[in-house]
Amino acid sequence: MAMTDHAPGFVNRADRKYWFERIPAQWWALAVVLVFLPVVANNFWLFQVMGWTFILGMIGLSLMFLAGYGGMVSLLQMSIAGVAGYMVAILGSSGTVTVSLGLAWWIVIPAAFLIAALFATLCGALAVRTEGIYTIMITLAIAAAFFYFARQNYTIFNGYSGFNLVLPPQLFGVNWRDPVPFYYLSLALAALSYGAVVYVSRSPFGLALQGVRDNPRRMAALGFNVMAHRVAAYALASVFASVGGILLVWQNAQIAPGTIGIPAAIDVLVVAVVGGMRRPLGPFIGAFIYVILQVFSPDILGFFGFSAERFKLIIGLGFLAVVLFSPDGVLGLWDRWRARRQKRDDERAGGAA
Amino acid sequence: MRKTLLAAVAAAALMLPGAAWAQGGTIKIGILVALEGAFAAGGQDGVRNVELALKEVNNTIAGKKVEIVVAPTDTKPDTTVRMARKLVEQDKVDFIIGPLSGSEGIAMRDFAKTIPDKVVINGISGALETTWVDPAPNFYRFNLDGSQWGYGLGTYAVKTKGWKRVATIAADYSFGYTNFMGFAVDFCKAGGDIVQRFWQPLGQADFGAIIAQLPDNVDAIYLGLGGTDAINFLNQYQQAGEKTRLIGGTIMADQTVLTARGRAKDALKGTPTSGPFAADNTDPAWTSYVKRYQEAFPANQRFPTPSLFGLGYYVATQAAIKALEAAGGDVSGNQAKFKDALNKLQLDSPVGKITINENRQATGTVFINEVVDGPDGNLTSKMVGRADNVTQTLGMTPEQFRALGLPSRNVVDCAKLRAGG
Repeated sequence: MAMTDHAPGFVNRADRKYWFERIPAQWWALAVVLVFLPVVANNFWLFQVMGWTFILGMIGLSLMFLAGYGGMVSLLQMSIAGVAGYMVAILGSSGTVTVSLGLAWWIVIPAAFLIAALFATLCGALAVRTEGIYTIMITLAIAAAFFYFARQNYTIFNGYSGFNLVLPPQLFGVNWRDPVPFYYLSLALAALSYGAVVYVSRSPFGLALQGVRDNPRRMAALGFNVMAHRVAAYALASVFASVGGILLVWQNAQIAPGTIGIPAAIDVLVVAVVGGMRRPLGPFIGAFIYVILQVFSPDILGFFGFSAERFKLIIGLGFLAVVLFSPDGVLGLWDRWRARRQKRDDERAGGAA
Repeated sequence: MRKTLLAAVAAAALMLPGAAWAQGGTIKIGILVALEGAFAAGGQDGVRNVELALKEVNNTIAGKKVEIVVAPTDTKPDTTVRMARKLVEQDKVDFIIGPLSGSEGIAMRDFAKTIPDKVVINGISGALETTWVDPAPNFYRFNLDGSQWGYGLGTYAVKTKGWKRVATIAADYSFGYTNFMGFAVDFCKAGGDIVQRFWQPLGQADFGAIIAQLPDNVDAIYLGLGGTDAINFLNQYQQAGEKTRLIGGTIMADQTVLTARGRAKDALKGTPTSGPFAADNTDPAWTSYVKRYQEAFPANQRFPTPSLFGLGYYVATQAAIKALEAAGGDVSGNQAKFKDALNKLQLDSPVGKITINENRQATGTVFINEVVDGPDGNLTSKMVGRADNVTQTLGMTPEQFRALGLPSRNVVDCAKLRAGG
């Protein structure tokens, strides 16, 4: 599965610029828009649309990291996010006082990350022994098993009802569930996760992982431990999924088996595919499209005079259109458009010479 | 260029706070309803009934025009809260009617606390906890909850039918426990005994293990399952050659089960059930409601008679209309007048008089039905009794009721209740 561009890991010393000069102008523009969005957007847009976009984007990013750089399409990422989310509810405080332990946040959050990472590593160790469609099958199987387990286990996961009133800690006197703080929190964590994936993809580990993706035999012959690299990728990806999972629980103030069901696992795949799995930005674009469709499809239908109960139709058609016109996602569309323009410019330049 | 412009305009329109439309002569109602998943058909009936109730007042309340915004959910609590937030923050509705299912109701109770200035009137969700555990001051429920729906059935089984020993099979989730609890409280207090309890996970098709374990020396089996689960059980039960009398939970003898093909039906004849309405109720309030419902929609776009879900949304809308009329259509500020009017409301609903208690939970009538042969060869249900003024605490004091515990597998202690504690 060669999905990713080779990261430009080697830069000629003479070409080396300061790091901020290497960031193109569009990125600065995007950053400015995102940072100043609270000035113009209302609470609904900040908390619901953008907050949810960043959360889904991060969970999608963990899949993109595995699929794009590691060649492993995992349907497990929502479950890993769910483990982290559940741990926050179980170890921290929630409305279900009989189960929740009510520990302090500085124990709860690291523990949530650790347990999710452990879960991801164990499942990863199982899944890396398979390739292609079999990886999808085994991760789907684990996701389904975890969903049913959470739904039927009452002593730890509180079964069908799950946990409600799971609130973020009141750090620095800020209610992190207020729209503006939550927006900045999720934006910052999304930016960090994005940066981390970009950094890792250019690090020796990331390059080796891409090598493993493209030709595992040759990498093994070169002395790289293929399995260890793949399992490590699962463990690392779990961090991004966990961040998303914890924020998701805080945003909804609750978690229940429905949160980690099979449809949710498929949604993460949809988000990554629609956005494009070649670059870390893809999942965030996919998540934005997904969220907009989810939130506004009833209105779109209502606008054209259809009844709102067919809202899933719009969502389905939207995704169908993207996948049909651009198998490598929205980012692929953008790449092709740029390549075409480049070619046209080149032809024009060639004609003049 | 034109496309960019269009996109910009669209984006700007989406960003615009919708408040401009909600003011002046209109009241905007958000309808939160499940339109996807197992309850989709019931949800559609809910929307129909909101429309019906509003059409009866010409879409005008206290001189103000009424607008509705439908927010579809998939019965997952996170979706519900998301859609509710959209209704409040994006569509700027004045109040919300909904949701439909139990876990959504609990999620909405908690969400309602974050929007103290807006009223939320429950659609038809029936979890006890919604208005019992830490209820939200702006969340009103004019339908009976799941445990109330089970009340009255136990007395009927013991006193009228003379069935004193039962085994129970119910769905292993919150509605299953809650509905069972209402039955069990009443049944045990009337002198009945529950000898064994089985819990079946939702959507699990194989009942072999349970059927093999069912005790022989019981008078009847209480079946707290719904839809395809109930059909699967009944079929397997018949195939196993077993035969005993059944007592049905509220969602057990609904249209899906009664009209199912196969041998499932044979076991059902003579099964008593209980719930918030009786289809053949002869009370003029009910018959005229059914008639209005049937006249308002063509036969292929509705159920033969209003469903449980439709009724819930109808009563909720009716309550909103009556209370708003009393409040002069005032939904400004923190809606104090509207809330006050809701609290004082004595609602003459199609299913009798409904009042609400200090937790904003309805007190009303439970109907006891029995499954009988219908005129068209299908089974139908016949009203055989009613229990009026069923309170949230099932006729006990709040302290006694609280001492029972919240609905779960082991609630309630039958022997203790039978002894009068």
